[in-house]
Amino acid sequence: MTRVEALEHCRKMAMHMRKNALKMALAAGNNGSHLGGGLSIIEIMATLYGHVMNYNKNNYKSRKRDRFILSKGHSTLGYYTALEAAGIISEEQLFTFEQNGGYLPGQPSMNYDMGIEYSSGSLGLGLSYGIGLAIASRMSDCPYNVYVLLGDGECNEGSVWEAAMFAAHNKVSNLTAIIDANSLQSDGPTSDVLGIDLEQVWRGFGWDVRMVEDGHNIKELIETFEAPGIKNKPRVIIARTVKGKGVSFMENNNEWHHNRLTQLQYDEALSEISIKEVHLSDN
Amino acid sequence: MIINSINSRMLSKLGSRGAFGVALHEIANDNNNIIALSADLCNTSGLDRFREAFADRFINVGIAEQNMVGIAAGLANEGKVPFVTTFSNFLSMRACEQIRHFLGYMKSNVKVVGLGSGFAMGMFGNTHYGVEDLAIIRAIPNVTVISPADSSETFKTVQAAALYDGPVYIRLTGTMNNPIVYKDEYDFKIGKAVKLKNGSDINIFAAGTMVYNSVKAAELLENRGLSVGVTNMHTIKPIDADVLDEISSYSKLIVSVEEHSVVGGLGGAIAEYNSNKKNVPPHLIIGTEDKFKYAGEYKYMLEINGLLPEQIADKILSRYNSI
Repeated sequence: MTRVEALEHCRKMAMHMRKNALKMALAAGNNGSHLGGGLSIIEIMATLYGHVMNYNKNNYKSRKRDRFILSKGHSTLGYYTALEAAGIISEEQLFTFEQNGGYLPGQPSMNYDMGIEYSSGSLGLGLSYGIGLAIASRMSDCPYNVYVLLGDGECNEGSVWEAAMFAAHNKVSNLTAIIDANSLQSDGPTSDVLGIDLEQVWRGFGWDVRMVEDGHNIKELIETFEAPGIKNKPRVIIARTVKGKGVSFMENNNEWHHNRLTQLQYDEALSEISIKEVHLSDN
Repeated sequence: MIINSINSRMLSKLGSRGAFGVALHEIANDNNNIIALSADLCNTSGLDRFREAFADRFINVGIAEQNMVGIAAGLANEGKVPFVTTFSNFLSMRACEQIRHFLGYMKSNVKVVGLGSGFAMGMFGNTHYGVEDLAIIRAIPNVTVISPADSSETFKTVQAAALYDGPVYIRLTGTMNNPIVYKDEYDFKIGKAVKLKNGSDINIFAAGTMVYNSVKAAELLENRGLSVGVTNMHTIKPIDADVLDEISSYSKLIVSVEEHSVVGGLGGAIAEYNSNKKNVPPHLIIGTEDKFKYAGEYKYMLEINGLLPEQIADKILSRYNSI
């Protein structure tokens, strides 16, 4: 796939995913769902599953596959939709989202048969697990990369920094952390709750830090993922994103951290997205 | 290693931590998937020989227990058999949620080795005593919980845990020169209690260091004309229901003894099980009181908590006489 084709493919995936995420949120009814953080990771996920990660959708349990860990489990709308867009789970399976006793609860539960590598929901646990997967690759002489997606709010958790120290000290270079830096956490702006300079802090912890100024710009994401890394360092990509991206009344509005979506709101959101579809190539 | 009088003496001298180190080193010789993780306590955990022999399979995470359990889970889910080690409460409490998440919820094949549980840490004091770990870990689904009786059984537990496909918490109690319960080879199976002696009046269920003290207490009671049995309940979870049913059916009093709080340990596990049964005998729970006391040497701590053989015998006799 050429760069132009990859870009087009990921953009289409992102559009498809965002529409499905809204449809799932509508179907979830009064359970509600984490729309804000689900929509902020859509382009990151489309880039990972559409271009960056090495996996075979017909043999996605292969030992050589790249592993993806969703540490911020509440962004699940952006995750399940990526698995569907990647052809790993079916559309029918996707719309079992949040059904009682179903395989796709509001936060993912490990299920290798559905390509779900990791159970999440409790923040701050995924990076350590990703390190374990990454060093097992070295020990077993089976090369693969591990991608762990965290939230900027999630970086409040101390266990994230235990893991960060370890990965740098032990030169875990087949590990990439991605920060969905949407600047909002449950109780408000991250700068109000517990503001830190992520770029400086991660660099201080010894990581190869890459900034993505627009985490919804797939071209910028692909270029960052493909840029050569610093030898012997784990890499972190800090992507500035917009919580609730793509739906004007959700964007940067923390009421949509977790909320229920009405039919009327769904119709409005879908029409906004559909208008943007015409201008896809502007991204 | 076969348990005999020489080996059991050697292992006893090393204490439970040293015996653990010897066991893991031996197992790792035959199994390349064994990995040891330490949180800056390699030497204290008896892992020096392991580190020297298998440098590429030894991981020191620094003083970061939560990260240690998470990394171990990642390794386990890629086919490795990781043993994570540090003092029991830094695992059962500091890394409690990681144990719940990775071992319980995700069923990762991690072996958690809680060192220096009970009062083994002596003058280090209450921050280092592990008298709540059974209550905490036992509440987590899918985790097998084992508390070996002496250093020989520690060896057997580590061997069995390495072969067992599933998460295990190993609770190590006692200090150097652990009293010897087993001098000869015997059959150790996870989940299968070992009857050390039968009694028709009173039967004691014990775990960890308290197996030896219970045997001694039983001897004291027998000198007073009572028939007292002792069963080694090395596996606290799953509890051996068959042995409980059988022994409860003919005992006038059952007793549980453990170097752990009276809340939620072996006594709790037995009481929970028997609460659904008809015609079970009265149950005396002996363990540490539900409070923090002043710190002290190991034997002193056992004494102020009433866990020496004479004290155990006195408590049992007093309860038996009140039936």
